[in-house]
Amino acid sequence: MGDVTLAELCIFACSEAFRSNGEIVATGVGPVPRIAAGLAKLTHTPELMMTDGEAYLVEQPVPLGPRGYDDRKAAGYLPFSRFFDAAVWSGRRHAMVTPTQIDRFGQINLSQLGGTHKQPKTQMLGVRGFPGNTIYHPNSFFFPGHTARVFVGGEVDMVSGVGYNPAKRVAGGNYSAVDLRRIVTNLCVMDFGGPDHAIRVVSLHPGVSFAEVQEATGFELIDAVAGETPLPDAEALDIIARLDPHGVRASVIKDNPPARRTA
Amino acid sequence: MLDKRMTPAEIVGQLQDGMTLGIGGWGPRRKPMALVREILRSDLKDLTVVAYGGADVGMLCAAGKVKKLVFAFVSLDAIPLEPWFRKAREAGQIEVLELDEGMFQWGLKAAAFGLPFLPTRVGLGTDLAELGGLKTVQSPYPDGEVLIAMPALKLDAALLHVNRSDWRGNVHLFGPDVYYDEWFARAAAKTYVSCEELVDRMEDHYPQDAQANIVERAFISGVTELPGGAHPSSMPPAYGWDMKAFKAYADAAKDPGDWAAVRDRFVGASEAEYLATFGGKEAVAALPLPIF
Repeated sequence: MGDVTLAELCIFACSEAFRSNGEIVATGVGPVPRIAAGLAKLTHTPELMMTDGEAYLVEQPVPLGPRGYDDRKAAGYLPFSRFFDAAVWSGRRHAMVTPTQIDRFGQINLSQLGGTHKQPKTQMLGVRGFPGNTIYHPNSFFFPGHTARVFVGGEVDMVSGVGYNPAKRVAGGNYSAVDLRRIVTNLCVMDFGGPDHAIRVVSLHPGVSFAEVQEATGFELIDAVAGETPLPDAEALDIIARLDPHGVRASVIKDNPPARRTA
Repeated sequence: MLDKRMTPAEIVGQLQDGMTLGIGGWGPRRKPMALVREILRSDLKDLTVVAYGGADVGMLCAAGKVKKLVFAFVSLDAIPLEPWFRKAREAGQIEVLELDEGMFQWGLKAAAFGLPFLPTRVGLGTDLAELGGLKTVQSPYPDGEVLIAMPALKLDAALLHVNRSDWRGNVHLFGPDVYYDEWFARAAAKTYVSCEELVDRMEDHYPQDAQANIVERAFISGVTELPGGAHPSSMPPAYGWDMKAFKAYADAAKDPGDWAAVRDRFVGASEAEYLATFGGKEAVAALPLPIF
């Protein structure tokens, strides 16, 4: 198994976020989360629902990259025009996304960096569906480059997604569905299992130390490391290769390193 | 007037400076780009644009037509960050109301139903309410829940590109997803559509497709036939997006970086001239559908 890549280990770790989620729409945005959702459906959690990335629900996850337009076999239909009614605002979804910033409260930012709202230093996508996703259904995150520029000290520049920051919560609002689950990075796996949902490191990828993770993070982490992040087994690697026949996963983490660091 | 046929110039002639204009489609998909180009050829200015934004928003911002933008994102999918929109934002050139994608359609629905607002949980716990001046409302029932009051996004006019229409405004929309086009139409005082195919009487041509009439003709004020009118955005099943054209457009934001210098290329003096630059209607019709 010497040739397992770090990206493949991350896919395997991300797929765990969807384990036993039930009949909900699993959405993985970006190559690693998307392959991970497919892997979860094809292994431990077949009841997951997912789209072809456009508008149709499929029971066979569609592979990444070029393929025939009609290769997907639609089993159902979930266009954007029904998405909020049926998946997001009903809570029947778990999304795994890659925001630009995240803070100690799990607040995320995809909209802008620096400057003011009138004149941001760097304009990014906009908040997209993050405000709705985070108040209505479970969310997990994948970051291919774990640095203190992503895991920021203080708070994110613009709060695009709800976290566990008590100061941000308007009294009387219903936050019962805020449910941040798992964070997978190129260094470790984390969750929100600390006191008041503080972020904990729960496993380290092979050869990574807690100190290294802490060094790359702008806020204090809880050391709840229970062991090494497991490597994908042969069955998982086979499915990953099928879901990503063009090898897009090799471009996700800088230099596409192996899962086990070489000295 | 039951005959709603107009020229693109006549449609733009119905619009006025300072209007709130909704634009249908989603990012680089189903955008009424030919009508947007007609606006870019006009003197219209100070618009409040309400859109799930793509190059429509980027171009209108670049041309200085936009006073205020109501948006949840502006993106060209494979080119995630719309470069001309970024330029306008980073120059502090436009006012904005930034919304979640779901709140956005909720605001269109409030407008469609003539309501001042619709309540939602979306926005709580984020910076949206404070930045956008959104107020809260409390449930009058025993639960007493505090919710965001998403204000109606009332549109003076909406522009859509549809697959078919007849001269009375009986429209057919196809493709895997028609996004929120019907709600743009219902939220607007007037809706103008361009179409890939204009037929005489829909019932004589395509009665079997009546379910594709997702918005009723009472909401349609003007119709014009503009095949290829979504280019460079996608218009399934007729054609896919033109990523090469998007790339050239995006690259131009860096070099030369000046809209006036590239305007002729991406807008053209007329729609016929514009399409000719990209190989004509036939070349647009041959663009493969995008695969996600």
